[in-house]
Order: sequence, then structure tokens, then C-alpha cells
Amino acid sequence: MLTMRDMTKSFLGNRVLHNVTLDLVPGEVHAVVGENGAGKSTLMKLLSGEHTPDGGRIELDGEVRTFAHPAQAQAAGIGVIHQELALLPDRTVAENVLLGREPTRFGLVDRAAMERRTAELLDDLGAVGIGPGTPVRDLSVARQQMVEVAKALAADVRILVMDEPTAALAEHEVAALCDLVRRLSARGLGILYISHRLREVFALARRITVLKDGRAVTTVATDDTTMDAVVRAMVGRELTSYYPPRAARARVGDPVLTVEDAGNERLARISLSLRPGEILGVGGLQGSGRSSLARALFGAAPFTTGTMTVAGRPLRPRRPRQAIGAGIALVSEDRKGEGLALRQSVRDNALLVTRAVPGRQRPPGDGALAELLARVRLAGAGHGAGREVRFLSGGNQQKVVIAKWLAARPMVLLFDEPTRGVDVGAKAAIHTLVRELAGEGLAVLLISSELPELIGMSDRLLVMAEGHLAGELPAGASEEDIMRLATTDRTALARKGGERR
Amino acid sequence: MTAGSPAASSTGRLAARLAWRLSDPAVGVWLAALGVTLLGWIVVNARGGDFLTQPNVTIILQNCVALGLIALGQTMVILTGSLDLSVAYLVSLGTLVAAETMDGREGNIAWAVLVVLLLAGAVGLANGLIVTGLRVNAFIATLGTALILRGWIEDTYTGPAGSVPGTFRRLGYDRIGPLPVSVFLLAAVAVALWLICRRTRLGHHMYATGGDEHAARLSGVRTHRTVILAHVLCSLCVGAAALFLAARFGTGSPWAGTEARYDLESIAAVVLGGTLLAGGRGGVVGTLGGVVVLAVLDSVFNQLSVDPFFKNVLRGVVIIAAVAVWTRRRRRGAPRRTA
Amino acid sequence: MTTETPTTPKAPGRPARIAALLGGGAPVYALLAALLVALAVTDPGFYEPDRLLAFIRRAAPLVLLAAGQYLVIVCGQFDLSVGAIVTAGVVVAAELYSEFPGAHWLVVCAVLLGAGALVGLVNGLITTGLGVPSFITTLGMMLILEGGVFFWTGGSPQGYLPDDFRAIGRDDVFGGLPWAVLVCAVVGAGAVALMRSGFGRTLIATGDSERAAALSGVRVHRVRTVAFVLSGAAAALAAVLVGGFSGVSAQAGSGLEFEAITAVVLGGVLLGGGRGSVVAAMAGAFSLTALFTLLNLQGVSGALESTVQGAIVIAAVGLGAADWSRLRRRSPSRGGPPS
Repeated sequence: MLTMRDMTKSFLGNRVLHNVTLDLVPGEVHAVVGENGAGKSTLMKLLSGEHTPDGGRIELDGEVRTFAHPAQAQAAGIGVIHQELALLPDRTVAENVLLGREPTRFGLVDRAAMERRTAELLDDLGAVGIGPGTPVRDLSVARQQMVEVAKALAADVRILVMDEPTAALAEHEVAALCDLVRRLSARGLGILYISHRLREVFALARRITVLKDGRAVTTVATDDTTMDAVVRAMVGRELTSYYPPRAARARVGDPVLTVEDAGNERLARISLSLRPGEILGVGGLQGSGRSSLARALFGAAPFTTGTMTVAGRPLRPRRPRQAIGAGIALVSEDRKGEGLALRQSVRDNALLVTRAVPGRQRPPGDGALAELLARVRLAGAGHGAGREVRFLSGGNQQKVVIAKWLAARPMVLLFDEPTRGVDVGAKAAIHTLVRELAGEGLAVLLISSELPELIGMSDRLLVMAEGHLAGELPAGASEEDIMRLATTDRTALARKGGERR
Repeated sequence: MTAGSPAASSTGRLAARLAWRLSDPAVGVWLAALGVTLLGWIVVNARGGDFLTQPNVTIILQNCVALGLIALGQTMVILTGSLDLSVAYLVSLGTLVAAETMDGREGNIAWAVLVVLLLAGAVGLANGLIVTGLRVNAFIATLGTALILRGWIEDTYTGPAGSVPGTFRRLGYDRIGPLPVSVFLLAAVAVALWLICRRTRLGHHMYATGGDEHAARLSGVRTHRTVILAHVLCSLCVGAAALFLAARFGTGSPWAGTEARYDLESIAAVVLGGTLLAGGRGGVVGTLGGVVVLAVLDSVFNQLSVDPFFKNVLRGVVIIAAVAVWTRRRRRGAPRRTA
Repeated sequence: MTTETPTTPKAPGRPARIAALLGGGAPVYALLAALLVALAVTDPGFYEPDRLLAFIRRAAPLVLLAAGQYLVIVCGQFDLSVGAIVTAGVVVAAELYSEFPGAHWLVVCAVLLGAGALVGLVNGLITTGLGVPSFITTLGMMLILEGGVFFWTGGSPQGYLPDDFRAIGRDDVFGGLPWAVLVCAVVGAGAVALMRSGFGRTLIATGDSERAAALSGVRVHRVRTVAFVLSGAAAALAAVLVGGFSGVSAQAGSGLEFEAITAVVLGGVLLGGGRGSVVAAMAGAFSLTALFTLLNLQGVSGALESTVQGAIVIAAVGLGAADWSRLRRRSPSRGGPPS
């Protein structure tokens, strides 16, 4: 039904797509995989009308089409679910779902029909408990994703493009989404599924196209290939071990950070201790309070009760500045929104903390900065410090964030989803770096939704559920162990989720 | 929230609903208008004056009309995420063109109305095209058009020009009971814009574009078209205000818009009415409330014979304070989405 | 896997560096150069030292205002009160001299600077502490200051400024070098040094991403308030120059806030913050003054001057925007680099 032939696109003279050809048949899930910067999103944006191609053509049912605006692509039956959800938080679910195609009566928008149609669409998706009149900002991320799917389907699409739909979802939500994708394809929709997560891809897709450096390296039937082969095609080399070896057990010394029976409006009864040189993993479902814990330790959403000590001294930081002064650093899960000033240079970002908190550490000079950037394995560390960070890939951006904190010489590093949206190669580099830092005596708290990462990296594991610690596991715990703890009180959780404003 | 009888939870929900309603600035600003009126009444009466007399009410309403029309137009562009600083000069030019075209003859009225609205529409179109097509920030773009209009006015006119025939002046002075007829003009425009905002695709798209232009575009909304139409609507409202002022003055005045500072005043009224300066939230009802608050305050100050210059000081304070209150409420009422 | 993977930025590279180079404000330098060439062609005597210095002296107040406005805009805010500060400054100086005829000019200047900084402090505290959009805060402050000045002086500011005070605005330090040029150079150098310092970098980072800055330990409120304070002080300093140059007038600073913002935007500084250089902003102020001078020399009537100004501002900003439209499409707020 759809053929994209010889698609080519350049930005400012840089080719990001070279003659990529791809086709899609009805009822098929066709996965597009590749590292960050391989051109997946650009390819999708050409199809959605967000960008116009420099060369090549798009054929729909044998007819050549050009899309200069997303509206045209939608009219042709192509729906897109974007990685960053394109929803308006202040508008209601119905207003979002039918945005751009509001039903009218006598020239006026028919609100009743809008809500009816939205309810039908959501029912159809099996999304219960989402009221068409609820403002979108009051929904959880997973539910917002449902709204986004409903929105795409409202346009009567025949082709659905999903760009990293599971990036922000927890594991059990991923399963639900995969289920939905299968149902949609069974209805005859052609689905282009873009993802980093090979497990999903292999579970869902009939065919896989691998992009590398803007070229389509190969298109294979899922049944005829293996995960290793796909990874090899993506990276262009063998990746044997994902996780660096643990350091020799030499964790001694007093805890650098302790928390005793602390809580705030999202957390309760939190007690933990963190020793120099260890990586403490924190698992749990989305919304279980993992990020809230990191933010509380960092003073961004402080604890309101309980006690906390840092380096033996009592301190419950009430704002990030205080935490930073005490040697705590947070690599936030929202890299672009909270981690970086995107229009500033690598240098300015890397020096931001030392400049902002003068007492902590003097801003490094040029030489020290270059060393620091080399330390976090940022490519082109020497000449690239003047580059604006928005031009960097996700992985390199994350390295800048880490450099920013290392410049302040922290004792405790809190990592919240440090490898989300980071390509395979940079991911391994970050894992190695985190392990190295722990080896040098830093205390690391690592939050991750990816269970293999959590298991592969952690010396010890905490699992959270509903804002409290559901249990502790030793290194080498299995995925099942973690999920069991994380979902101990599923029913209560479901109820809470339903009531979430 | 897990326990609790259904009755308790339903009253809780009711209370929450009520709180939500009250935290809606559109409701708040009307309550404020009521409060200001009451306070004015008390203070003026205590001083031995009489506030809610029929002539006074008429004056207040009449004062609402010009600013009201312009502020309603401004609401359209601000909701869409834009801004219009050219309204003051457009009003001046509108009164001049209206009065000159009418030239004291009744037969010319329809023609003059058409010409003024066409002129206004053209300016709005230009603003919209500059903002969308040339990608000039709305602040600068409309400041630029304001300068262009100003040059035109100052080059062509040195003082009041043209004259408005008696029939048309009735728009400025007639009243039905205590209600000036011009209030019906304001009401008609307000209802029309309310319908546009709430019940047309254009309105929905305006909110979407103001809320998040990128998301709106990805959803298939023609954002450029929406912004342009919002600017045209705004300028048409300004044209209507110019016609009203021409009827009021009986002639065209090069200072009609700038003396009253309609550019900044209209923005103040819109923001006072709870519309987010960044766009995407707010509406017609709140703006009208904001206009009423400003008009009532003005009247109270006049009755108390406050020095006209000191009046400005008080106005500045009121505007800042009111917006501070909305911001407080918004911060508490709706926690920002973190994702 | 300790070496960097080959997946690093292909997209950025050279074009990104060129963009970074130009992004600051290459268009404004081109504009300034073009205007200076045009001036040379129109008036061959323009480049004689004393005339050139006179030109810089005329530009000086706007340059100061642009530097101050830049600090506020680059951290994501507006300061609409600077014009009113200039007016108020001139009037207050005159009043001070009528109260204390023998006051030393340095003392008067110090008082003005302090008062300007205080106004900035209030702007900053209201904006950051109460969360009022700075557009509204400084708009209110403008009403308050203007109303206050006229209220205080009964509508018509009088008094005169003694020669030793006016010397800064109109006389030379030594050997033909006007005070104004010296002040301009010192403030310019100071602004450049400030923006190169840690504080300057945190200021821009705050304008770029408030959340990221706050989570990096930046005291966002304090940093922004300091920007407002500096803008207020710069405006007071501009008042000293304006007062010296043209004496006491109730219109001394009217419209200067918009001129300053226009200058900054001409300099390629992003309204909304996070991008642009202070040198380019000051070049924008010189460009604007050069434009006025050129229009004068060309004999464009005073009235049409603003029309031409408006058209050129729109065109210049539009051209600047057009150059970057391709870049902007793939740029940050949501999209991020193509992946």
C-alpha cells in the first residue's frame, strides 16, 4: 500500500538520509530500527509531512503523493504517534483527539458528537476510565499515549507510524501497548514501528528495516533473523557484553548518605543508606515514586518528614542548591527539559554548576575542561566545546550532563534513567563510566525502567511501589523478583491510577 | 481516598468542583468586578456621593465599549499566542478614515463603515502575514506596523479631520433606558467572538495554536492560517471600536487611540481577565470582566476626584496586583505537568 | 567499549559552527555597515572625527538602554519601564536641583542611579517572587512612574539642570572626546565583561532553560532580579545623558522602551531568552540611531520617518528570521536534532 522510494534529505548540507527505500503492506507491522542519528525520525517526518524530502518519492496505492503539511498526510490516511506526545495539556481529551477534525453542525462545533465519538474511539481501544471531558494534563503518561493513539485513529488512518511509543512507559504498560498494536494490525492497518527496544520489535514486527547512518542497511523478515544479527547491522560491529564487570567487592566505609523514615506527599517511610563505591539500583513501575525519591534526595521536591544525613552530617536539602553544596548530583530523566540549556555551548553547560554554586568547586580551566570531556568520552572533546548542545546526539548530550556534575566533584550521583533515548553505543559508554565512577568511590543511585540494565549494573537493588520501598534485593536478582515486588499491590495501584487527577 | 463513604466523596467532589470554578479567572474577575463596584458604592456613598446613579452607570458602560471592543480583539490574538501592539494607531486611523469618508453626509455611512472595516481587515492580514510568513516575532512585527501607521497618520493629518453625520453619532450617544446603544454593539461582538472561540473549528484551533503551536501543526491544524485569521478578527474589532469612537467624537482624531493607550491598556485588560499572555488559555468572558473592572475603577476614581495622574499610579498597582493573584491561584490550583 | 562510538554528531559539524557564529547577530553588523556606507554616501563629512563622535553621543542613551534591556531579554523577560525611568530620572534630577540648588552633580547622579536600581529591584522582585509576567509588571511600573512624576510635578515638570550636571550629556571630557562616548564605552566594556563572566553565562542559561538552570543550582530568581536592577540602573544613567543633552522635558523618555527592545531584537537576540550577544544588541542600537540620522539627512519628513523605521525593522528582523528558518525547523524546543 505504501512505498517510500529513494528518500533523501539534508539539513544544512548534511545528508541525514541517503536513498532510503521502504515499503509497507496492509496488516503488517514493519519495524524500523537503528541507533540515534540513523535517520529513523527524519524518515518518519518525511512521511508525516513535517519535513519535505529533497529527493525520492512517496507512493500510496501506486500513486505518487507529496505532503507539504501534516494535514495533507493525515488526509491521505497516514497517522503519526510522536515520541514527544503532541497533546495540549490544557484541552480536554475530546478536544485533543478530534483536533483538526472537529465534527460540526450548522457550522458550529458539535460538542456532544465530539465526546461521543471520542468515547467510541477510546472504547474501541479498550482504554477504560478516560473521560472525554478530562483535561489531558490530568492523565498519566500511559493514558496520554492512549489518547494519542485514539487521535491518530480518529483520522481514519490506514497507515500508523509509531515513533518510540514505549520510550516513556513502564514494562507492564509496554505489554498493553504491544497488545494494542497487534489488534490494530489485525484490522488491516499498516504499522511502521520505530523503536530502540529490540525485544518489542521481535515480538511485534513481521519485517525489520535497519537504518544506519541514513542508509537502509537491510530489510529482513523477523523469522529469518536474530537479535544479534540486527544489533550487528545497527552498530556495524559485534556487541558482546552490554554491562561492564562489577568491581571487586571492596565496599567499605560508612554510608555517605542515609535516609531514615522520610516522606513527602508522594513518598512514605523511606529508609535507605548509600555507601561510597556502590551502585544502588532502584526499580519499580512508572509512577511508583522512583523519580520522586531522586528528586527528594536532591531537594527538588524535598522530603517533608524524616531525617537524612549526608557524609555523616544531618541535612535534609530543601532546594537543589543545598544538595549540590553537600555534594549530591542528579542526572535527571528529562535531559532536554531539566538537564541542559540546549542553546548554550558544551562548555557553558559543563561549567554551569560550578559557576552557579561558587562554594563547591572552582570552574575548571580550558585544560581541565578538555580532560573532563575526554573523561566522559565526549567525541571531539578538544574542539567541540563551543558547540551548542542541541546539535549533539542524545548520547553525547547525556555525557555533557554527566560532565556538568563531575565538574562539581560530587560524592553522590543520582542517575534517573540515564540511558533513555540513548543509542546502543553511547549506552555502553555510559554504563562503563558509571561503573568507573563507583570504582573511584562515588556513591551511585541508579533508577531504570529497563530491567536488564538495572540487574546488570546494580550492586544492590531497591524496588519501589506506590511511593514506598517494597523491598531490597541482592545483586543478581532476576527480572521476576523485581516485578513481583514492584507489583505487590497491583489492585490498589490500579485504583489509585484511576483516580489520579 | 480509598476509604470514605460515597456521600463524603461526592461532597468532596462538589467542593473541589466549586474550588475549581472559583479558581477559574473568568469567574474570579467578575467577582472582582462585583467587589470593586460594591466597594466603590460604599466609599462614594460614605463621602456623600451617589455611585450607582443611572447616568453614572451609563457612563461606566459607555467607557467599556471602546476598550472592550479592542480588548476582545486583543484576546483573539493573545489566545493564539500572538500579540497586537498596532491597535492604538489603527483606532486613530480608523476614526480619521471613517469621519473623512462620511464627510457629514448620511448617504456615506454604509460606505464608510465598509471602508473602515476593510482597512482594519487589511492591517490585520498584514500583521498576520508578517508574523507567520516572515516569522517576525509578533511583538516586533506589530510594533513595526504601529510605526508604519503612525507615520501615515502624522504625514497626512495634523489634527482632527472629517465629520460624522448626526445619524451615525447616535451610535455614540443614544441609549435605551440606562443602556447606551453602543453596549449592544459590544455585546454583539462579544457573543460572536464567544461563539467563535467555543463553538467553531477556528476557535478550537486558536486555543490549540496558542497552547502549543508545534503540537497543533502536527495534529493537522493549519496554524499559520489560524494566526492570520486571529489577527484579522482582532483588527476588525479595532475597526468597530474606531467607528464607535468616531461616532462619539463626531470627527476623526489622530490621537484617539494613542492618548488612551489602547495598545497597552487592552493587553492589560486581557491579562486582568485571566487570559494567559503566552496563549492557549482564557477567553472572552474574562476579558469583558477585566474591562468592567478597569471602567468601574476609573469611575470610582473620578467620583472621588482622584488626581488624573495619580489615577495612573493606582491603575498600575491594580494591574500588577490582579495578575499576581491569578498567578498565585494558577500555581496552586493546577500543578504543572512535569513530563 | 571505552572508545567513543562512531555515532556522534554527523548532523551538526560545520554548519552548526557557522550557525553559532552567525547566530549571535551577523545580520545586524551587515545592517550597520550598510547604514554607515549609506551615511557616508549621503554626507561625505560624516566621518570627520567630531561629527562621528557627535553621532556616538547621540546614540549613547539608546546604547545604554539596549545593553540593560539585553540583560533582561536574554534571561527571558521584558523591561517596558525603562522609558518611564528615563523620564522620571530627568524630572527627578530637576526637582532635586530646585530643592538643593548647590548639590554636587556626582551626588545627583548617584541618587538617580540608586533610584533606577531600586525600580529595577521592585520589577525583579514582583516578577520573580510573585510570578507576574514581566510584560505586565513593567507595564504597570511604567504607568506608576509616569503617573507619579506628573502627579508630583502637577502635570508640567519645570526646573532646570545646572551646567555641571548637563556636561555629561553634552560636553567633552578632554580633547574633543564627549563624556557620553566615554560612558558608552565604559558601560559597553562592562557589559561584555559581565557576559563573559560566570554570572553572564548563568544568566543566558537561565533564559534558555529555567528548569535546567534551577536544577543546576542557579538561583534563578536572584539572577533575574539582578538583570532587572542593572537594566534600571542603565536606564537611570541614560536619563543623565538625555537630561544633559536635551534638558528637562515630560517627554524625555517616551517610546524609548520600544526603541531599546527593537534595538536588541535587531541585534539578533531572541525574545524569550537564551540566545544573542550584548555587542550585537548595542550594534542594534547604533543601527537604529544611524537609521534615524540617515532618514534625517535624506530629508524624509519627520512624520514619515516612523513609517520607514517600521518597515525597516520588520524587514531586518524578517530577513534575519528567514536566514534561520531551515535551521529553526529542526531546532530544539521539541524536535531536537534528527535521529
